[in-house]
Amino acid sequence: MSRVPPPLALMAELTHRCPLQCPYCSNPLEMLKAGQERDTAFWFGLIDEAAALGVLQIHFSGGEPTLRADLPRLIAHASMAGLYANLITSAVLLDEAKLRALADAGLGHVQISLQGADPENADRIGNYKGGHNKKLAIARLVPELGMSHTINAVVHRQNLHELPEMIDLALSLGADRLEIAHVQYHGWALRNRAALMPTRAQFEAANTLVEARRAELGARMRIDYVVPDYYADVPKTCMGGWGQKLLNVAPDGRVLPCHAAETIPGLVFDRVGEQPLREIWENGAAFETFRGTAWMQEPCASCALKEQDWGGCRCQALAITGDAAATDPVCALSPRHAEMNAMAAMEAEAGVQNFIYRRI
Amino acid sequence: MSVTLQSVPALRRGVRRQFDTARNAPVLMAPERVVMLDDIADAIIAECDGKRSAGEIATRLAARFSAPEADVLVDVLAFLEELSEASLVAL
Repeated sequence: MSRVPPPLALMAELTHRCPLQCPYCSNPLEMLKAGQERDTAFWFGLIDEAAALGVLQIHFSGGEPTLRADLPRLIAHASMAGLYANLITSAVLLDEAKLRALADAGLGHVQISLQGADPENADRIGNYKGGHNKKLAIARLVPELGMSHTINAVVHRQNLHELPEMIDLALSLGADRLEIAHVQYHGWALRNRAALMPTRAQFEAANTLVEARRAELGARMRIDYVVPDYYADVPKTCMGGWGQKLLNVAPDGRVLPCHAAETIPGLVFDRVGEQPLREIWENGAAFETFRGTAWMQEPCASCALKEQDWGGCRCQALAITGDAAATDPVCALSPRHAEMNAMAAMEAEAGVQNFIYRRI
Repeated sequence: MSVTLQSVPALRRGVRRQFDTARNAPVLMAPERVVMLDDIADAIIAECDGKRSAGEIATRLAARFSAPEADVLVDVLAFLEELSEASLVAL
């Protein structure tokens, strides 16, 4: 048994290309073009290596993964290797035949994002005319084809007033699970923070609503809720701990501990194929830098919870404090916590409306 | 919904039972979730075929493991309740 337990899940970012231009996209500001993407044989090889290493789940993501014509073959390969295949999609490029091909290839779970409940506002947020209604048509087919179905509702100041309707919409679409995710401020979302940050009143209203609907719906539709960091007091256990549960492969084959890790200066990422995946996971410099607790500063270093939240999010620590090894300022024990709260309130009140849309 | 003797459990869509060769253990695979199982949990889940009732499952497992049926039933009901609450099994 090696020192580092094997990862459970692999996030496969097949492409950065996407027909939508959501202003909160988690992709990096500098995105990779089609010519920098890796071919089918590359992903087959990675899937085989990941399965041998102990990965049990694969998340096909992007960008928009259905832009890849080889997606059904990649799903089939993952299923044959014993990996549970999840698809994270905007769904706007799918039709019934394409969705059926994915189901036949062994896809277990489809997660479809919604930008809102009002078609006009949703299409404005994604900057894609007609996108919302296309999503609904595809979403209805997912459970009919026997796959598990999650609706991912991304919420922020400019659509939180639609949250009650978004919950009803997910129910009417036959979703097994609704993930209500407040925007996380990385990548494009960080650039658009002033246009997205909810007010505290919106945040509190959303909490109350979610609690009530959860109690009412029970197992009928499970609601997972991701709170907005800037109003929270306890940091998230980001990625289940750096280098502990999950690895992320970028469209060009670099292996990242999380999808936003390249914002951290000085980290060097290994590439699949140049070294065995096991070696990258167990000893790669980017994974070793923040794995465990040895890198921590105070107040994390002496905290009783350090092996529960693992210090929170490194990218967020960097974005707010300028130091990726600082305590995540979401934590009430961080010396920068009050400053983060104040920044959120100020930006929410300023009421910036215009988005800088995601573009390659 | 609470589990009873008459409940007929089945894995929900997208939930699969599998053996993890890397960790040498049975697992339950679900959307974005992996649940590590012990042998007893795995044996109960293997019986959840959407046809047998919780009571029948307990009878079968008691016979298979030569255990008192009343004890097995308590374990089966408690575990099915847990699986139902976790959206892994439909009753």
